[in-house]
Formats: sequence, C-alpha cells, structure tokens
Amino acid sequence: MQIFLIRRSLGFLATLFAISVIVFLVMNVLPGDPAVTILGIDSTEDARAALRAELGLDRPIWLRYGDWVWGAVRGDFGTSYFFRVPVSELIAERLPLTLSLAGLAMLATVLLGVTLGIVAAANHGRTGDWLIMVLSQLGIAVPAFWLSILLVLLFAVKLRWLPPGGFPGWDEPVLALRSLVLPTVALALVQSAVLARVTRSSALEVMRLDFVRTARATGLPPGRIWGRHILPNALVPIVTIVGMQVAAVVTGTIVIENVFYLPGLGRLVFQSIANRDLFTVQALVVMFAGIVVTANFLVDIAYALIDPRLKGRLA
Amino acid sequence: MRRRQVNLWLGAALVGLMTAVALVSLFWTPYDVTQLTISRKFEPPSPTNWLGTDQLGRDVVSLLMAASVNSLTVAFVAVGIGGSIGTALGLAASAWGGWVETLVMRLADLGFAFPALLFAIMLAAAFGPSLGNAILAIAFINIPIFARVARGAANQVWTRDFVLAGQVAGLGRLRLTVDHILPNIAAPIIVQATIEFAVAILAEAALSYLGLGAQPPLPSWGRMLAEAQTLMYLAPELAIYPGLCIIAAVLGFGLLGDGLRDVTDPRLTRARA
Amino acid sequence: MIEAKEITVRFGAAAALRDVSLDLAPGRRLGVVGESGCGKSMLGLALMGMLPDAARLSGSLSVDGKEMAMASDRDWRALRARRVAMIFQEPLAALNPLRRVGETVMEPLRRHLGLDRDAARARALDLFEETGIQDPAAKLRQYPHELSGGQRQRVLIALALACDPGLLIADEPTTALDAHVGLRITDLLVRLARDRGMALMFISHDLAAVARTAEDLVVMYGGEIVERGATAEVLADPQHPYTQGLLAARPPLAAGHLRERLAVIPGTVPGLMHLPEGCRFSGRCAVEMAHCATVRPLERATGPFRSAACHLIGGER
Ligand SMILES: Nc1ncnc2c1ncn2[C@@H]1O[C@H](COP(=O)(O)OP(=O)(O)OP(=O)(O)O)[C@@H](O)[C@H]1O
Ligand SMILES: [Mg+2]
Repeated sequence: MQIFLIRRSLGFLATLFAISVIVFLVMNVLPGDPAVTILGIDSTEDARAALRAELGLDRPIWLRYGDWVWGAVRGDFGTSYFFRVPVSELIAERLPLTLSLAGLAMLATVLLGVTLGIVAAANHGRTGDWLIMVLSQLGIAVPAFWLSILLVLLFAVKLRWLPPGGFPGWDEPVLALRSLVLPTVALALVQSAVLARVTRSSALEVMRLDFVRTARATGLPPGRIWGRHILPNALVPIVTIVGMQVAAVVTGTIVIENVFYLPGLGRLVFQSIANRDLFTVQALVVMFAGIVVTANFLVDIAYALIDPRLKGRLA
Repeated sequence: MRRRQVNLWLGAALVGLMTAVALVSLFWTPYDVTQLTISRKFEPPSPTNWLGTDQLGRDVVSLLMAASVNSLTVAFVAVGIGGSIGTALGLAASAWGGWVETLVMRLADLGFAFPALLFAIMLAAAFGPSLGNAILAIAFINIPIFARVARGAANQVWTRDFVLAGQVAGLGRLRLTVDHILPNIAAPIIVQATIEFAVAILAEAALSYLGLGAQPPLPSWGRMLAEAQTLMYLAPELAIYPGLCIIAAVLGFGLLGDGLRDVTDPRLTRARA
Repeated sequence: MIEAKEITVRFGAAAALRDVSLDLAPGRRLGVVGESGCGKSMLGLALMGMLPDAARLSGSLSVDGKEMAMASDRDWRALRARRVAMIFQEPLAALNPLRRVGETVMEPLRRHLGLDRDAARARALDLFEETGIQDPAAKLRQYPHELSGGQRQRVLIALALACDPGLLIADEPTTALDAHVGLRITDLLVRLARDRGMALMFISHDLAAVARTAEDLVVMYGGEIVERGATAEVLADPQHPYTQGLLAARPPLAAGHLRERLAVIPGTVPGLMHLPEGCRFSGRCAVEMAHCATVRPLERATGPFRSAACHLIGGER
C-alpha cells in the first residue's frame, strides 16, 4: 500500500511537471515571440524590446521556464500584464466562486446521478428504468450552455424566480447561493445523466452476484442490501466516472461562468485571452489541468481504499 | 437485443438526415445566408420562412442548414486528424512494444489531462481564436483516445494465428501492421470514431459559443446560440433551434456509435469509460 | 415446520416445478437429489420466498403453520431473518468481497436480534467456533479472499445459523469444494442439525453425500418428485425407474467418489419447454409403456412413508 502510494505520488508529480512543460512550450515557445503575442503584430520593435526587458523575455528559454516553475511552486505566477497585479491575487479573488460552483455541481451530480442509477437498476426492465434511460440518453447529448440558456429563459425571464446571471458577492450569502442555483443545475443535469447510466449498469452487474442472494437470504431489507452490499461493490466504475466528471465539471465552469456572467476563474480566462494577458492565461491553464490530474490521482487512491483485494495486490 | 437495433437505426436515420441536409446546403439553401435584410429582422415563422428570421433578417432555416456543414466538417477533420495520429501511435506501440509502448501510453495518459477546452484556450491565447485552433484542439484530445483503443485492439490481433504465421514467415512488423493488424482493428476504430464525432460536435459548439471556434460570418450552431443569448428578451425562440440541432447531431452519432459497437462486438468496452 | 402442497413454479408456459408436495418436520433431515436442472434449487428458493422475479408460484406453502404462498416480501423477510436460512454452492462468490467476514456475520445479529457491537462480536465468535473455524478471533477480521474454500463455506454456515433458524437449506454446499473438505462440511451440517434440533434440507447431486446426511430422501426429475422415503430404504430398494438408473450410474459408495456426477442414464434432461406432458421421465425410461408420455402417473404409497410416481407401481393405471 505504501509503495503503491509513493509510486502513484511520483507519477502524479511527473505528470504535473510534464503539464507545465507542455503549457510553457505551447504558450511561450510555439508562437515565437511572447512580446508580439502580448502587444500585437502592429507594435513597434522598440516597445517589444522594452517589454522583453521588463518581463525578462530576453533571457534563455530554460531560465525563463525555471523561474516560472519555481515561482509557481511558491504560489507566484508573475504579474498580470493587463491588471498590473500579481496573478496569484487575481486567482485568489476568483477561486472561491469557481470552487463553490464546481463543488455544488459535483454534489448535485453525485446525488442525482447515483439516485437515478439506483432507481433504474432496482426497476430493471420496467417503465421507470426505461424512462430514466431515455432521459439520460437525451441528457448526454444536451450542451450544458444551451441548457443554461433554456433555464434562464424559463426561471429568470419568464418566471422571474432566479437571477439570469451575475454574482452579488459572498457578503450576501442567500443571494449568492440563489445566483448559483441555475449554473449548478445546468452543470449537474448533463453530468448526472452520464453518472446515472454508469451507476445503473454497474449496479445491475453486482445485483446478479451471489453475495447479494446471500444478503437476501439472511432477511436483510432492500435498503440495507443496497447500502451495504450492492453499492459498495458497484463503486469502482462509479468512482472512475466521478473522477472524470470532476474534470468535466471544472472545465465546464469555464463555459458556464461565461453564460451566467459569474466572476470566477473561467471568466478571468476569457478576459485574459481578450486582453492578451499571456501569463494569467498560462497560470490558469496549468491550474485547471492540475485540478484534472489531481482528481484522477485521488480516484486511483480511492480504488485501493474501496477494495481490500486491490490493497493486497498493490502492497 | 431489440433496443440495440433501435439505437442503431435511430442513430443511422439522424446521421443520414444530418448529412443529407449538410450536403444539400452546400448547393442550395432556401435563402442566401450572406444576404442581410435588416428591414425583415425578427420575423415570426411563416410559410416562406419556416422558423422566421434573425436579428439581421436572415432566414433561420437557411442558417441552421449552413451551420450543419460547419459542425460536420469540423468533426470530420478533427476526428480524422486526431484519429489517424492516435491510431498510428497505438499501432506502433502495439507493434514495437517495450519503451515505444511505454512512451506512447504515458503520453496518452498525459493527453487526458487537457480537455479540449483547455487546449483551445491555450491556442487562442497564443495564436488568437480561430476555427483552425478549435479543430486542432479537438483533434489533439482524440489522439490519446484512439491510441488506447488501437493499441488494445491491436494487442489482441497480434496473438492470433495468422499474424504469428506471418511473423514466422519473416514479415516485418510494419508490413504485418499495415496488411493484417489495421484491417482487423477497423471495427473498433470506426465505432470509436462515430462516438468521438458526437463528442467533437458538442465541443465545436461549445468552443464557437465561447468565441474560440467559428468566427463571424461563418454560420455555426454554437455561435448562433451566443448571439441569441444576447437577444433573449427580444427573440427567445432563436436560442432554441440551434440547441435542438446540436442535440439531434450528437444523439445521432452517439446512438449510431453505440449501435455499431453492439453489432460488431458486444464485449467491446468503451476505452474511455 | 414446512408443509408444501402441490407447489408449481412457472416461467411463462414452462414449469420448473410441477405439483411438488413436501412435509418437513422440525429437526428432520431431508435430502433432495436429482440431475442438474431438475428444479432442486428452485424448490429451495421457493421455500425461502426468493424465486426469480419472472417466476410465478401457485399451490399452498405453509411455514410454521403460516400460509406463505401469496405472502408479501416483508413477511418473507421476517421468516428469512429468524426461521429459514440457506447456503449456496459457490462459497467465494456468496460472500461480499469488500467486508470482513466478521462484519458480514454480525450484520443479521445486530439487525434481527438487536445485539450491540460487542455482543454481536461475541456471538459471531461463538458461531465461528461452533462451525469449526480455526483461530476464530483472527478470522473475524479477514476478508473472504483471504480464506480457503472450506473456511468460507463454514463462514456462510455460521452466517446462516446466526439467528437460530428452524430450517437450514443447503444447496449443494460441497460441490465447489475438495472431496475431503466437502465431507467435513457435510458432517458438520449433520452435527449442527442434531445439536440444535434444526431441520436440514440437503440438496445434492450426490447420493453418497445424501446417504451420510439425510434421514429422508426425495428424488426429483423434471420439476417433480418421483420417489420418496427413508434414505436407507430408497437407496436399498429404489422403485422408480429413474431412481434405479441413478443408483446404477453411481460409483461404489465406499470409494468416496463424492464428486462423481450422475449422468450415465441414457439421454439428457430435456429443456423445460420440451418435457413430456405425462411422466416427465418418459423418453429416457427403459421400461416405458405406450401411455407414459401422455398420462401423468400419480404418486402412490408403496409402504409406510414411501411412495413413487410411476405407472408400473401398484399394477393398475
Ligand atoms: N429465470 C429463469 N427463467 C426460466 N427458467 C429458469 C430460470 N431459472 C431457472 N430456470 C430453469 O428452471 C429449472 C430448474 O433449475 P434449478 O436451478 O432449480 O435446477 P437444479 O436442480 O438446482 O440444477 P443444478 O443441479 O444445476 O443446480 C432449470 O431447467 C432452469 O433452466
Ligand atoms: Mg441448483
């Protein structure tokens, strides 16, 4: 187990390192001169030279990479060329909103997806199952941003129950949460359609196994059989998908924040692209990719915690 | 058993319809979508304009038709590029094994860390937003997917008798791969490509919606949605139609892919799941 | 304990059990033998109220004097919790792989008997000792994959005995085990049934195992009971042609070929849909008469507590 943890952790760090190299290459090296990227092609050579000197872009590539990574490790992502404040400050301001949205959406996804999957599996072959399967097949094909627009049309424009977008800040917790309802639903509905299908097929597979029959033979009620016997054994594929969904939801927030004008990291990315704020985009891309990789890393560890048979094999 | 067939045929019908519409719109649309008639903006549906007109007086049906070309082209090119590279890498990994295989698979793992959107954001920040960058980004995420599927399928074929016989007869790995392995992994690759088509259409729509894909005046469902969103209070119905088109296309390719997979090999599991 | 009258279990048009009647007194040990697919497991499951969803049960089934044929799932659960228990063929698959076996055994103790954790653990320890598990305290904390096949089956027996059932149904409990391990499990079941005054229904392919275990015997074919009686008598003097065939096909008892399958009767068991309407055994029977395939033989008493269902018995039709 320990060896497994160490090996996985090393792999995780190596992946993070590789990501930083890729991002740096794609954003700093491939386009040629970052000064041109930032200032635009119609800038004068003098202005570019001044910028290069200011940002240290005239130094060798590997030194620049080294500085960047070393800074990032200490939480310093350089200074935003556009906002003229440290990138880390920009991120710190917006991170809570993005994390709240992603967290709420994941919570809703798991609750809704797993519940629907269980209901479908428990009613296998009956109308309820069929209905959930058809709906989820449809749900998988629905673009989250389109669903957002529909939700806004219905709940904000027509019914006026919820705000169509924007964020009042955390000083008003109730209003803040209200403005996160529609974004959360938009993210979660689509993802829970995927999760419901996986939960259902995994549960159906486990339900056929002999130990479920044993549990029934000892007179346990269905709730207990599901909670203690079927679900834990159906968990591995569910956890796998949930791990992938963390990635989908986190990148999904980028889209959804732009639909609902929420001032989180996703909105910051787009402002920064428009502002040609190269270093801010670079930091954000690494962060998002880092979150995705971390989710996968945690899923790997979760496997070992779920299944004692794996624990033995991994030791 | 029957449900699978339903998947297959429903998917095939939707895909067929979508392709037919796209082909027709290459030569003919009810109205010219480059023709702006501001005086006719926001007209309601009528016998001449089935779904009315948009904010610039363009016929919505014509726009939707023209945009289908964009969606299908992007999906075709992106999945084509990514799929070819990925399949080639997967085949190489399977044929040569050893460090080649390790390297390819590690790179594939790494590729999964970059969802299409992140990659498109990087490219947009470095080179400016464009449809070409969107295609590159979507192609890129397909590489690791196809590399895995191709390697998995090829590894199985390598153990078959006729391949072993070829090896004994002294045929090189490249020869064997081209002549024997590739034809035998065609089924899973085609199935995966169909499914990835659906994913690509969804990704293109999202990127274009965000302004990272199709640029004006190219008609695109995603961009139509972005425009419609700003007009939500004036003409809410404009925000509905493009979404329905996206759903139909994604559903069609998704169902077709599932159906094909069940038909070609019921045991074939989805490589991404 | 159990009184079943003309139980029929149908899957659509096919009958997996046809008019099976069975009495099982408290503390009696009954063996059920027959070839694969003859409905032995279906009978066991029917007595547990655990038939597959697609199955339709008719007839009358009373457990502890209570009519259960149409009972709700809740009533059946109450019975399974305290009165009837069942163990199955494949002991590894029958245990939840993610739970320590101690937890598994403690679950019904806590739930049905309302014991707290410590009391349940103590009771589980007793059960492990009673079922002959070595080093029971350590075994409580192990996972199924860490135990041997015989130990797993003992764990399952401990689990089945947890709430002192009046009847234990053992569905081929030794088939998946080594011969000598199976033998010990068989003897353990007999000892437990005797000590606890518990009824035992021992389902098996294996005449030798049944001979060791059961006082009474029923022989099944094609979803029906074709012969019944005291085990020793039936084995010494089989009356139904099918039973005679089974015995003839059997390896010598003494040789201990416990796992030998009974398959030397000519032909194979037809599928449920293709069973003849009359005597289920017609078509394979060596002494078949013209009307056998169409006219159903009724069970006739051939002695005290003995009967068989064959047109040849009793002389007349
Ligand atoms: N769900 C079902 N649908 C239709 N027929 C079924 C179903 N389950 C079992 N059967 C049929 O019921 C019959 C009796 O099966 P059962 O499992 O009771 O046989 P068995 O005597 O226990 O055999 P074995 O010795 O192999 O365990 C078999 O012919 C089987 O095909
Ligand atoms: Mg059986």
